[in-house]
Amino acid sequence: MNPNIVNFVYLIAGILFILGIKGLTKPKTAVRGNMLSALGMLLAVVVTLLNINTVDYSYIIAGVVVGGIVGSVMALRIQMTSMPQMVALLNGFGGGASLTIALAEFFTVLGVAPQSFGDLFATLAIDSSAFGVGVEGTIALVAIGLTVLIGAVTLTGSLIAFSKLQELMKKSYGLPGGPIGNALFLVAALAAVVCMVINPGNLVAMVTIVALALLLGLFLVMPIGGADMPVVIALLNSYSGIAAALAGFVLGNTVLIIAGSLVGTSGLILTQIMCVAMNRSLANVLFGKMAAGGEKIDADEIYAGKVTSAQPEEVAMMLEVAQRVVIVPGYGMAMAQAQHAVRELADALETRGIEVEYGIHPVAGRMPGHMNVLLAEAEVPYDNLVEMDRINPTFEDTDVVIVIGANDVTNPMAREAEGSPIYGMPILNVDKAKNVVVIKRSLSPGFAGLPNPLFAMDHTLMVYGDGKKAVVEMTTALNQA
Amino acid sequence: MEILILLLALFVLSLFLGVELITKVPPTLHTPLMSGTNAVSGITLVGALLAAGSDGSPMLVNVLGFIAVTLATINVVGGYLVTNRMLAMFKRK
Repeated sequence: MNPNIVNFVYLIAGILFILGIKGLTKPKTAVRGNMLSALGMLLAVVVTLLNINTVDYSYIIAGVVVGGIVGSVMALRIQMTSMPQMVALLNGFGGGASLTIALAEFFTVLGVAPQSFGDLFATLAIDSSAFGVGVEGTIALVAIGLTVLIGAVTLTGSLIAFSKLQELMKKSYGLPGGPIGNALFLVAALAAVVCMVINPGNLVAMVTIVALALLLGLFLVMPIGGADMPVVIALLNSYSGIAAALAGFVLGNTVLIIAGSLVGTSGLILTQIMCVAMNRSLANVLFGKMAAGGEKIDADEIYAGKVTSAQPEEVAMMLEVAQRVVIVPGYGMAMAQAQHAVRELADALETRGIEVEYGIHPVAGRMPGHMNVLLAEAEVPYDNLVEMDRINPTFEDTDVVIVIGANDVTNPMAREAEGSPIYGMPILNVDKAKNVVVIKRSLSPGFAGLPNPLFAMDHTLMVYGDGKKAVVEMTTALNQA
Repeated sequence: MEILILLLALFVLSLFLGVELITKVPPTLHTPLMSGTNAVSGITLVGALLAAGSDGSPMLVNVLGFIAVTLATINVVGGYLVTNRMLAMFKRK
């Protein structure tokens, strides 16, 4: 096929991707945007298939069938609460695809491939001119090396992120030396890239890049857990895009570059938003220990004798006379699968003429927008989901705030306790409301490992127990009243 | 070399466009944005098809191509389907 036609179709696909993301700027146009984006993908794939002159389609058909089945089963069966895991896996697969494409291109140009394990340590008489004339050959090899590096880090890093979110891996492990150990791995991997560029026939260099990068991905993500997960997922999302764009340079393919850089910037911007919402730098999330710094605070001293607990029925009596209620969900709501119960409580309140809104902290949950998806699943209108900056000024006029499964993002120490590890982090000022109800299993600390003075305040009631059960009991009591 | 410069220009302009577009996506749609962009990054399928379908290449290239096609297809199919599922929930009122 005429290469001009192919590139023209790629351009159309690129435009459709851009329109697709533009559609995501409004919930009303989002579904159509996603369809446009998918149409762009279809066009790009079809024109590529028409363009390759091959007799043997077996590998392609096998890959599309296996990938299609796995992808659709995952997408249709995943629970909304498990969406962070799904996105983590997809990030990893994206990285893995870029990795294998770059390797395939490398061995295609070499014209030979190792037949046995021993061949991996062979040196072939080939220099960069096989990859392009003069400096172009060098740049092509740099692109291959970086695609392999970033693709492999994304692959193993995402698999670790997945196993942490799925709670297959519960502890956090790290290299001895922490960030220095990781930095050494990165430097060694980059040195291997340089060796590969100087002498592409030296297969050991390529094997070393792959091995070091796969290990680096493991070590980067293993020490990170819990509430820092949104940052890691957004960052890996960005890596998978950057790897795709680099693969575009390797293949000289325009649509890969357009799509990859859009994904890369998307991930980076989300990473930035998450970091700002935690008042931490990216370096601090990746390498820092949250509890480091700040004196140890004795939880008993804060809680002793000051915590008031209540039964759901008592809360219902309080809700009955309220005019405005704000619900603040956190990861605990996802864990308890309580989103439908919460919606029913809100419905019961609204039928009594009580105004209900939801206050959503940017890092609530395990990925950006996690709470919004859960509440959308429970058919909460998205207009009722209010961002932190807009909900905060309204707490003073709020009669009851119900905090369900959130902790650190409501901790007033972030505002008041200078020297506290979370000082300066923007929080939801729920303590300004007239009454606060906290639904929680126990007084155990959140991810930051800090006690929360909110729980000991005079106008705070603690409802202990399973989030879903407590909310259902409140609704029942309210409907009987 | 000219082509390389053109590709670089495309890359840099796309980055700027990406910043303009993504900063306008409301927080409520950030999860669908992530899964949607995951699907878009499945565009590596295009590169994967080229690798898997290259005749006369060493078998290893075809096998790598097969892995790449599989992974990229999971991204494309899984990404678009799950995004559509989520966005449909946002649409109904």
